[in-house]
Amino acid sequence: MKEKLKKSKPLQFGILFLVFLIFYFLVPKSESNLLWRLPPLFKDFPLWINNTIYSALYDWFPIKVWDPVFEMYEKKAAFREVTRAISASVLFLITFVREILLGGVQTLGSFISDSWLNSNKWFTWPALPWTVVVSGAMILGFQLQGIRLALLAGIGVCYLSIFGQWAPSMQTLSFVLITAPICFLFGLSLGIWGYLDKKVEAALQPILNVAQTMPHFSFLIPVMVLFGIGDHAGAIATIVFATPPMVRLTILGLRKISPEVVESGLMSGCNKFQLLFKVLIPTARTDILIGVNQVIMQCLAMTVIASFIGAKGLGFNLKLALNSLKIGKAAEIGICIVIIAVVLDKFSLAWANKQKNYFANLSFFQKNKYLIIFSILLLIGSIIAFYAGNYFNEINYLYIIPYERGFSISPLLDAFVDWVWETFFYYLNAFNIFLISNVLLPMKTAYLAMPVISTFILFMGTGYIIGGLRSAFTVGPLILFIALSEYWDRALITMYMATFAVVISTIIGLVVGSLSAQSEKATKFMLFICDFFQTFPSFVYLIPVILLFGITDTSVLLAAIIYATIPSTRYTIEGLKSVPVSLHEAASMSGVSRLQRWTTIEIPLAFPHIMLGINQTLIFSLFMIVLGALIGTEDLGQIIMGSLSRNDGAGVALTLGIFVSFICLAVDHLIRTWSEKQKKLLGID
Amino acid sequence: MQNSSNNPVIKCESVYKIFGTNAKKLLENTEGAVDAKKFQDAGCIVGVNNASFEVHKGEMLVVMGLSGSGKSTLLRCISRLGESTSGKIYIDGEDLNAMNSKQLIELRRNKMGMVFQNFALLPHKTVIENIAFPLQVKGNNTTDSMNKALEMVELVGLKGRENYFPRELSGGQQQRVGIARSLAVEPDIWFLDEPFSALDPLIRKEMQDEFLRLQGVLNKTIMFVTHDFDEALRLADRIAIMKDGIIEQLDTPDNIVLNPATDYVKKFTEDVPREKVLKIESIMDPVDPNISNNSNVSKNDIIEKVAEVILNSKETLNVIDPKENKVVGSLNPSKVIKVLFGD
Repeated sequence: MKEKLKKSKPLQFGILFLVFLIFYFLVPKSESNLLWRLPPLFKDFPLWINNTIYSALYDWFPIKVWDPVFEMYEKKAAFREVTRAISASVLFLITFVREILLGGVQTLGSFISDSWLNSNKWFTWPALPWTVVVSGAMILGFQLQGIRLALLAGIGVCYLSIFGQWAPSMQTLSFVLITAPICFLFGLSLGIWGYLDKKVEAALQPILNVAQTMPHFSFLIPVMVLFGIGDHAGAIATIVFATPPMVRLTILGLRKISPEVVESGLMSGCNKFQLLFKVLIPTARTDILIGVNQVIMQCLAMTVIASFIGAKGLGFNLKLALNSLKIGKAAEIGICIVIIAVVLDKFSLAWANKQKNYFANLSFFQKNKYLIIFSILLLIGSIIAFYAGNYFNEINYLYIIPYERGFSISPLLDAFVDWVWETFFYYLNAFNIFLISNVLLPMKTAYLAMPVISTFILFMGTGYIIGGLRSAFTVGPLILFIALSEYWDRALITMYMATFAVVISTIIGLVVGSLSAQSEKATKFMLFICDFFQTFPSFVYLIPVILLFGITDTSVLLAAIIYATIPSTRYTIEGLKSVPVSLHEAASMSGVSRLQRWTTIEIPLAFPHIMLGINQTLIFSLFMIVLGALIGTEDLGQIIMGSLSRNDGAGVALTLGIFVSFICLAVDHLIRTWSEKQKKLLGID
Repeated sequence: MQNSSNNPVIKCESVYKIFGTNAKKLLENTEGAVDAKKFQDAGCIVGVNNASFEVHKGEMLVVMGLSGSGKSTLLRCISRLGESTSGKIYIDGEDLNAMNSKQLIELRRNKMGMVFQNFALLPHKTVIENIAFPLQVKGNNTTDSMNKALEMVELVGLKGRENYFPRELSGGQQQRVGIARSLAVEPDIWFLDEPFSALDPLIRKEMQDEFLRLQGVLNKTIMFVTHDFDEALRLADRIAIMKDGIIEQLDTPDNIVLNPATDYVKKFTEDVPREKVLKIESIMDPVDPNISNNSNVSKNDIIEKVAEVILNSKETLNVIDPKENKVVGSLNPSKVIKVLFGD
């Protein structure tokens, strides 16, 4: 029996589950029972974070600062002066790019006295006519890939203008154009540092892990406290959020370089500097540029969320539209965000995959032909815009189409929404009520009735079976940290929602992925769909589900399921495709049917990879669930949202973000350990 | 070819390379006698075990061994791409391990060139830019380095492909670029780390011929690492056979084939067709003044090439040194028969 138990993992899991159930039903549910709920010993943790932040901002290390208004020195905390300086410079940069695109006087004004500006109202920097931006996007698209990308970019940018979303779109774009390069520089430098120094990498790794699994929201409030409200704060939150993937991909790309190439650089007599900039970075170029792509997508996703702390642009308008339940308008703005996302995604990917071509002895005109064409178009566009001003009497449609003065399909969309509601309300509502009362509520109650000891048995026991004591004690403290706070019940609600979303997404992903992996064409198509939907900022997914189910848990879960099905489908396809052809052939020659091949060969071999997808599925759905608080759910996300208006919000938001991150990390650890062991067992790399 | 009275270009004195955290301490305790097994138990892996040898100017030393024998590790100690754990290495009489990084960079920029197994070309540079890379790193101006690189392109027979990228070339062509790059700074010492192992057999043969032609023109001091015994026999002036980090035998190809020092070496030599490897020199007898035969053979000829002449003559022949045109030995056809058909 003992031998058998040692060998059989299912038996071990069975016993674990039994123990779990015994505790689940036998532990008395009383507040004083330690097995039922742990006391909130870490209750003061958020407060402590808060006090640290505030003392840094107001008391710590005072320095004397000259106040030009009162003409005297004032004592101010050094840290706050630093954050203020950062805020000011980031804001300046954003305004600068924004005024290049949209015109304005602030950037120029900062070099000229106010009184002169007030007496010379004509003095203002003109906006780029939208026609010029369209042609610029087309030229860039053509240069990066060819005529198809040029057309895509051209049509996309035209849409932004014609549908009257030009100004907010350009505000969002300017936001990305500033945050993405800053993230790139930070990420690249940190990545290089981590590559060069193992100790730095070891220190970076856990920070990256937590940062990448923290929901977007939890960055907002601490940043708001430190940097105030406005575009700059949004930008800084975005930078904090979008830099980690860049760091990670830089390290990965540099590590991937074959040691021979490094040696060849050394033997060519490179010093450290030359080795870095002439050998390492150019060789890792593609990986680094994939990192840039990730950064851009993250920045864009964050611009929407950053609108909560005052970032202007499409996200801000989307938030307003959603809050007032104007679905049509929200959808219209959502389309704009998706267009910008798709175009930027395609641009950066084309850049990453573009191979350098060698042009020997080209003339100045040949080398700079695209720049010259753009300059000519800029001139033509400006002249047209100038003279068109005389032709149109109210709005100069060839210069800038003002906000909401273009075409609009929102009445149409609203009518569609009304129609959907009128026609399907009964069915939708019935489904909604059925789901909530028969599935969600019982599940929620069951989760809340779980004694804390059972949760630990489940997590640590699984850890022990999968990875021994080491895993058990990696997972344990992560959960303990949450259990010792006052938010354990909220965390359980979050976990119940996540479980539901992950289970459904995984089933859908497995089915869809397996089916499409059967044919080459379907695989390609499905991967394209995954790529396409993954470019959408997560926020956008909430629009259609609110349309269908209003503001309920169902909506949030539905959005989470849609969003999280992307990685589970993708990883299923990738896993199945990675099964070697020779094995397929061997199986076929043994005479298996298609279904047998799927169950006996493909799924077992692909499963470790599919499990990694489940990992991603969890992170995706948790992000969406927390985001769902925006439209009203009662998990951790809601408190994060609520803390926006609380005095001690920064600490609470950060703590809760860390909780969500810890849930992710615990599950991530279990799945990764299992997957790696299984891969080793199967002999696949 | 070598002149032992000259100073050796490369000189190793009991070089050890042991991987592992405590390697240095463990090595100090053993006082030179390293037992690989004991080290393995202590968590260390022995890469190079007490290597001592010299390479002279213009000589080609081929280091031969199977994978894991420590041959590449030895090469990396001598190019200082890896630090040796103990022992002395002298390049032109200078202590390599005592050099600081600045001196090391100078040394590599002027005296050393290296060719890699998987070519290790920079993917973002064209053929000519790759070849010019060591020159530009050195700080030469663009025109000079491009001219020099063009010369190299011609030398390795890649003219017309200067502006290709590595990804557009075949394996053999890529390795020609690698060779040209390693020669661009006109180094005295040339390291080659399994340069032809990643190539198809036919291309490999072609590249070996090309390599011998180049060496005939350039006459560099060479350390050549390979796992292919035939390749070692074809190219080497001397061969060092390595196993588990130890140099089992270091000798001329002829001597290794005729007198394998250990059973391990014997395994390699057993199946080698001797007539295709051995030179007349290695089987000839001392000068015999009584020979009346008019035909003679050169001491540098491979036996197979002249076997027909020798066997036809039926009598003992004179062996001459073609350089000095002097009789240096004698050869009885029966000896050739013995080599060809065994005892």
